[in-house]
Amino acid sequence: MTAPLLEVQDLSTWLDTGSGTVRAVDHVSFAVYPGETFALLGESGCGKSMTALSLLRLLPDAGRIVGGAVRFGGTDLLALTEAQMRQVRGRDMAIIFQEPATSLNPVLTVGSQIGEVLARHRGLAGGAARERTVQLLVQVGIPDPQRRLDEYPFQLSGGMKQRVMIAMALAGEPRLLIADEPTTALDVTIQAQVLELLARLQAERCMAMLLITHDLGIVAQIAHRVGVMYAGELVESAPRQAFFAAPRHPYARKLFAALPRPERRGAALDTIPGGVPPLTKVFKGCRFAERCPEAWERCHAEVPAWHEAGEGHGVRCHLYDRGSGIGNQRPAGAGERMVEQTMPARDADTPAKPLLEVRDLKVHFPIRKGVFKRTVDYVKAVDGVSLELHAGRTLALVGESGSGKTTAGKAILQLLRPTAGRVRFEGQELTGLSSAQLRPLRSAMQIVFQDPYASLDPRMRVGDTIEEGVAALGLGRRRSAELLDKVGLAADMRGRYPHEFSGGQRQRIAIARALSVNPRLIVCDEPTSALDVSVQAQILNLLKELQDSLGLSYLFITHNIAVVDYLAHEVAVMYLGRIVERGSVHEILRAPKHPYTEALLSAVPRIDGESRRPVIILKGDMPSPVNPPSGCHFHPRCPQAMDVCRKDYPGETRLSDTRSVHCHLFR
Amino acid sequence: MIAYILRRLLYAVPILIGVNLLTFTLFFVVNTPDDMARMQLGIKRVTPEAIEKWKAERGYDKPLLYNEQAVGAAKLTDTIFFEKSVKLFVFDFGRADDGRDIAHEIRTRMGPSLAIAVPVFVLGLFVTVSFALMLVFFRATYLDFWGVVGCVAMMSVSSLFYIIGGQYLVSKVWHLVPISGYAEGPDALKFLLLPVVIGVIAGVGSSTRWYRTIFLEEINRDYVRTARAKGLSEIRVLFRHVLKNAMIPILTGVVVVIPLLFMGSLLTESFFGVPGLGSYTIDAINAQDFAVVRAMVFIGSVLYIVGLLLTDISYTLVDPRVRLQ
Amino acid sequence: MRPVLLATDVLIFVLIAAVIGAGFYVRRQEYLLASWRRVGESRAGMAALTVLMAFLAVGLLDSLHYRPRLQGTNGESGIGYATEVRSVLDAVLMPLRNRAEKTYSAPLATHLYAKETVEMPDGKQARVFPRLRHGGAHLQDPEAQWGVDVAWKTARGVVLAAAAWVVLAALAARLAARHWRVGWGAAWRRLWRGETRFAWNAVLATAGALLLLAGPTASLAVDYHVLGTDKVGQDVLYLTLKSIRTALVIGTITTLAMLPFAVVLGIVAGYVGGWVDDAIQYIYTTLNSIPAVLLIAAAVLMMQVVIDTHPEWFATAAERADARLLALCLILGVTSWTGLCRLLRAETLKLRELEYVQAAQAFGVSSLRIMARHILPNVMHIVLIALVMDFSGLVLAEAVLSYVGIGVDPTTISFGTMINTARMELAREPIVWWPLAAAFVFMFVLVLAANLFSDAVRDGFDPRTHLRPRRGRVPGVVA
Repeated sequence: MTAPLLEVQDLSTWLDTGSGTVRAVDHVSFAVYPGETFALLGESGCGKSMTALSLLRLLPDAGRIVGGAVRFGGTDLLALTEAQMRQVRGRDMAIIFQEPATSLNPVLTVGSQIGEVLARHRGLAGGAARERTVQLLVQVGIPDPQRRLDEYPFQLSGGMKQRVMIAMALAGEPRLLIADEPTTALDVTIQAQVLELLARLQAERCMAMLLITHDLGIVAQIAHRVGVMYAGELVESAPRQAFFAAPRHPYARKLFAALPRPERRGAALDTIPGGVPPLTKVFKGCRFAERCPEAWERCHAEVPAWHEAGEGHGVRCHLYDRGSGIGNQRPAGAGERMVEQTMPARDADTPAKPLLEVRDLKVHFPIRKGVFKRTVDYVKAVDGVSLELHAGRTLALVGESGSGKTTAGKAILQLLRPTAGRVRFEGQELTGLSSAQLRPLRSAMQIVFQDPYASLDPRMRVGDTIEEGVAALGLGRRRSAELLDKVGLAADMRGRYPHEFSGGQRQRIAIARALSVNPRLIVCDEPTSALDVSVQAQILNLLKELQDSLGLSYLFITHNIAVVDYLAHEVAVMYLGRIVERGSVHEILRAPKHPYTEALLSAVPRIDGESRRPVIILKGDMPSPVNPPSGCHFHPRCPQAMDVCRKDYPGETRLSDTRSVHCHLFR
Repeated sequence: MIAYILRRLLYAVPILIGVNLLTFTLFFVVNTPDDMARMQLGIKRVTPEAIEKWKAERGYDKPLLYNEQAVGAAKLTDTIFFEKSVKLFVFDFGRADDGRDIAHEIRTRMGPSLAIAVPVFVLGLFVTVSFALMLVFFRATYLDFWGVVGCVAMMSVSSLFYIIGGQYLVSKVWHLVPISGYAEGPDALKFLLLPVVIGVIAGVGSSTRWYRTIFLEEINRDYVRTARAKGLSEIRVLFRHVLKNAMIPILTGVVVVIPLLFMGSLLTESFFGVPGLGSYTIDAINAQDFAVVRAMVFIGSVLYIVGLLLTDISYTLVDPRVRLQ
Repeated sequence: MRPVLLATDVLIFVLIAAVIGAGFYVRRQEYLLASWRRVGESRAGMAALTVLMAFLAVGLLDSLHYRPRLQGTNGESGIGYATEVRSVLDAVLMPLRNRAEKTYSAPLATHLYAKETVEMPDGKQARVFPRLRHGGAHLQDPEAQWGVDVAWKTARGVVLAAAAWVVLAALAARLAARHWRVGWGAAWRRLWRGETRFAWNAVLATAGALLLLAGPTASLAVDYHVLGTDKVGQDVLYLTLKSIRTALVIGTITTLAMLPFAVVLGIVAGYVGGWVDDAIQYIYTTLNSIPAVLLIAAAVLMMQVVIDTHPEWFATAAERADARLLALCLILGVTSWTGLCRLLRAETLKLRELEYVQAAQAFGVSSLRIMARHILPNVMHIVLIALVMDFSGLVLAEAVLSYVGIGVDPTTISFGTMINTARMELAREPIVWWPLAAAFVFMFVLVLAANLFSDAVRDGFDPRTHLRPRRGRVPGVVA
């Protein structure tokens, strides 16, 4: 094997915070070879990003590297002066960050931000720099690069911004590209574009790439080797095939098991109890011991050493200590726990009367301009949505950001007043009711929000938060203790404040709050998208359990197809304010008809690596809901667009009892 | 853009009307002209005739809002409200108690006022922004720490002491420049030097601290990290990336400083005997010359609104998001 | 004597009651307690708080007013009360207050600062510095005895101060020892070495420093004018101590007066939106557009006319001066609520979109209740920070306004009036520096303490701004 390009040895980085010193990176060692992609995988708070920032010595003010060595092409980066280090940044090693929206300077043009790197590391200026910038923009697939050069970041879409970030990183022609969650802030179809781009560039330039991600699917798609981080430590490292065939560390195995997958439908997901321990403490034993199903005394008492398990597969776990005799006996496969597919009995018969019936719902936001702020146009966030939801069922409303799914959910609950259309709940029309008239109905329909940090009042005790609805609706006393118990929290947590809880616990509290008034419908607005996989599994299990025991109906708003597959009975796919296809979960996910649904499903990175359909990469971005394209909204990006698609919006085509699609292909 | 400015201008009209109504209420409704006359002439011995004379001299002998005796449009125009408040809109300020034309006074006194206020403003901005940038460059070191301590100490000193102390040291002990006075032309320099320097120093503490906070807030943003990841030097990051973004909140605040400048020169001018608008206002307040105070209130609010407008326009210079939308 | 309750006294006591009440409330609210603990950890902040407490004590003593009974009244009704209103502080400082000299005298002087023509025993006239009537009057031969006397009295003061501090420290150690169940010595070491979360050592050190200043001052003040006398022979120390109450009243009651406007209007504008928001924005833009000094000047001038034309409203001169002080506070309040109001509006706009507010809306909770239960507690830290930050600004503003002639009543003793009467004294030959110096030092210490305390509060409640110096290390580089 060739010499590694980047060699990290025993790297330790500490952060000084108000609550003590956080050992964010603790004796991490790995190597990246020229031309390969090494993925650093882990949940939030595991020290992945801190590792990346340490390599470039770009830590925040509170952070410092306390030990170890980082050798890049033979030079020890930690021994360089700051001025020498600046030569390395951008030229030898470049980085792209998670959030393209904030990572670009908002007041400088795209051209000048890329030009800066060219001037700094390539000595290019003026016309030559401009020419090179155009080339770079072409390489990263930005259409019309001459014009884009003089635009500001706010004029670009999220995907375009990330492409600019990539162009900027490539400008110095680095030998190593660090990509820190490069697609986490992007939609699935855009993610597919960017991943494809990264993989292509990496191959073309024979560049090494350090990919930091929490998504097993992305790792499966583009990594060559994988390192798993947990609580500041590297716990496993292996070539991709070996890792996906048989992850060794119990944590990695648990991560696989926690992924929602169709074959798990009806059964509870495997979860990892608890959360990542705070890194302020000094660990006596294995960091994962508290949550590990296979832990024994030794795990609590002794820090595990690094064990080689062959073929470049290493793991930090006592199980693999050859001396202990237990090791190597259980390198179980990822999907070892195949569960029999059990669909709820209600799947077959459709009840006569839907619980919720939405017809032609529209929410338009006015755009005001001019001297007198007259309304000149509308943002058609929701533009004619119809759907039905039956008692005890889950309808997933799937779409990318900007598709109007959240607005639709809020309009259904009358949290936003719809512009037009009807919403019937248990036969009663909701639109047009005053807030006083709505109040008695509020108890029947509730909502759980996406962000567990914003959805609980930080100044209110958890008990008060949960009981707020009961008090407001005058439903008598309902003990928060009982509800906390129901969502799997201890009853004595009532008196605590939200900041003492983790994201998953907060989401449980939010669910308890919604349950407090005995609703029949809960709108779940991306309830797991801010959570780590292992915690997501806990919440999904809880939702499922509650549905079974209380007969709840969920309107489940999400962009996460895996979750849909696990939880939903029916699916409606939204694009630009309208539903383009709906049907039962089997129909939609196994045999998508609408080209958009097809592309969306193919774009989801899957962990079963090779055996998947080819990814359909959509062109461009979702258009603005102010000016939707004529005809079918999807036609500018549709690989199968016909002439008629440019002219008329396709009407509804019913393909079966449960299924309909809006597409000219099926007329 | 044009529509934006137009809307801003239209918005200014009700504000000016509001200012006018407020001053009118303060000056003529809270106290009647009779009260003011009695107060000015001495409360004890004052004859009704003297009061009438005082009111007639100033045109306060008319009805407040509606004149029943007048004919036609004069029913509304021959009133205190029209004469004293509405006419402000055409910058007709009337006469001061000493009989001089207020508008003329304002025009002649503007020069000396600006001669102090503009250098203080420009120099002050330059000095404090540079100082703040330096502190931010050395952030989280002892230089930064003691710099901030110094700023807090400096902002704890009343501006009166800066002036009194400066005059004492520079003029009385060191005899470098005259204590006070003013002259036209190049001679003005020796009179202006001290007030300008003092004006700048008096503002260093609070402004530096404020700019430092703004810079620190910017420096923790993601785009700064991106700039560093490109291998740019810290100086370049500060000047090219941070400063440009920090201009947006700085500009918002600088307009707030403009009316405060007005107040600062109030003190400076009166201490240094500069015949500007500040000392004019102070003299008017001390002499209880209400006509002048009213005129200054109106001009002050007009200037403030102009300042708001300029802020909006200046945003378009530094923030492409405003310019291009 | 008959107690007199001036309007500002009432407000001060209401304010103190409110602070105590808030203290009890905070004890039960964990998140508030956590923020206050962070404030308590700041050494600079706690040292500043100790200084502020000393100022507050002086101000409080000066807020207990009464009218002394007249001795040997000639009235038939029996008891008469002086028209002069005094405070407990006046009573404590009676010696200082009554021992007026003829005119200027330097600090600790025994002679006047100006030569006077006096008739010598031999009948000739001579220009000499006459002896003071009170300052150092006990000395037979000032030239010879002064140095020793001053030194001895200073030493006495230092010893007393040290003794007081030892008692205080022992008390602290005793309480701490009982709390931790350790010995006195161990408890003291913990306190002094800063091993406590609350910055006890800063408090004790500051208290020690204050005592060391106060002890000798008090010891000397019995026989001397420690800070000299002013033009009319009044003791400058007395004047500065009396100024403290005025500064405190202006700094606190003003914010108290504007708080309801700012909080209610700001939150309502942000939460309700629509035309209500437009109207409130219009009001504050209009008020803001008038330069503050001129608005204050106009209002103060008009208020003065009202007060002057209604002398019958006030029984005593003190009440009249107090009414003017209160009116000044209200006027300052009216002109200064706009800033906080705008801040709160902006914050409410942000909070309104947060999901916990929407969750409450999904329960049909009324707007009023949402504003009170969700918005208000979440903007309270901004209110508190504004409150403590405004204090120092207002104290400084009082001086400027009084100088311009639109501040407190000329008979009210304040830093502003002191500076105003003393400002030409630096131009005198020889210069008279002590009244200005005294006003400067007291004001500086008060404002500095307020600024440091407000910094500590801001850091405690808004932890984003945490940045501590680290010795000789450039950020982010290898240790």
